[in-house]
Amino acid sequence: MESTITNEVFLQKLTDKFGDAIISSVEDYGMLTVTADSSKNIDILNYLFDEPSLQVQFMTDLTGVHYPEQELAFCVVYHLHSLVNNYRVRFKFFIGGEIPTIASATSVYATANWMERETYDFFGIIFEGHPDLRRILNVDEMVAFPLRKEFPLEDPNRIDKKDYYFGR
Amino acid sequence: MVNIEKAPEGIEGPGFMATNLDQVIGLARKNSLWPLPFATSCCGIEFMATMASTYDFSRFGSERPSFSPRQADLLMVMGTIAKKMAPVLRQVYEQMAEPKWVIAVGACASSGGVFDTYSVLQGIDEVIPVDVYVPGCPPRPEQIIDGFLRIQDLAANEPLTRRSSEEYKRLLAKYDMK
Repeated sequence: MESTITNEVFLQKLTDKFGDAIISSVEDYGMLTVTADSSKNIDILNYLFDEPSLQVQFMTDLTGVHYPEQELAFCVVYHLHSLVNNYRVRFKFFIGGEIPTIASATSVYATANWMERETYDFFGIIFEGHPDLRRILNVDEMVAFPLRKEFPLEDPNRIDKKDYYFGR
Repeated sequence: MVNIEKAPEGIEGPGFMATNLDQVIGLARKNSLWPLPFATSCCGIEFMATMASTYDFSRFGSERPSFSPRQADLLMVMGTIAKKMAPVLRQVYEQMAEPKWVIAVGACASSGGVFDTYSVLQGIDEVIPVDVYVPGCPPRPEQIIDGFLRIQDLAANEPLTRRSSEEYKRLLAKYDMK
């Protein structure tokens, strides 16, 4: 089934409603990616959810990205889906600071609960208003956030790759 | 053809035989090691082949894989152990009764294998003592059987005093166990 909303119409409705909060947009492989002001994330999600002509009521994915060279070093990505309109869209919200913080999407999508815990677990992004923000996949004792770029990929306890085993 | 295990060396006469208790116990233990398969990934699949009819693991006396640690003699760790799994593995080991042995089957259990990363234990000997390491990724059933035969050698030749020796206590102390 074809989508009943086009990217142009979707973007127009979004800019009409939020104006300056929409920073940029790009269309990759036919899918719209909108970058917007991170302080407006819940307003945008609520609008997309409640607007009768859109009904974007399914969250496919929520994750984070780390760009250490940027001032706003963390990105929170939402993949959203309107089942009624067969329309998919991607949202990016960039955040920065020592403790990157963004409002929790759990008030809109219950499914965001575990995905935000995962994003916190791996990137240390704080989701304000999350009912139970603690680690979900890594061991509870872990102090680092392993998917941040400064985190060393290899485990320090590894011994069989030491140089002296290879005569170096 | 049925192979019968040779009796240990001793003094024999009409109606009696005298030998070393260690050797008799060792002989019995060696030929009825009950393994606890702790299989987490592809090495576990190889072990399934090892248990099945072609390789027939039972012919070495491990007729009954014990899925409870309480009745197991040999812990066979086969597969990647994530750090989150480490306390579970340790608890399973601690629940086993002495004497107990451990085989680390495959690269992951022995050293972390290709998973040189934050979430994976870099070899199970970080949390429990290991008796035999079987290399391979995954090892073939023949290699698993070879590792098992090495455990049999250990069981057959282990002095009865070993488990109460100071050396053994020091080994457990290294792992924070009693």
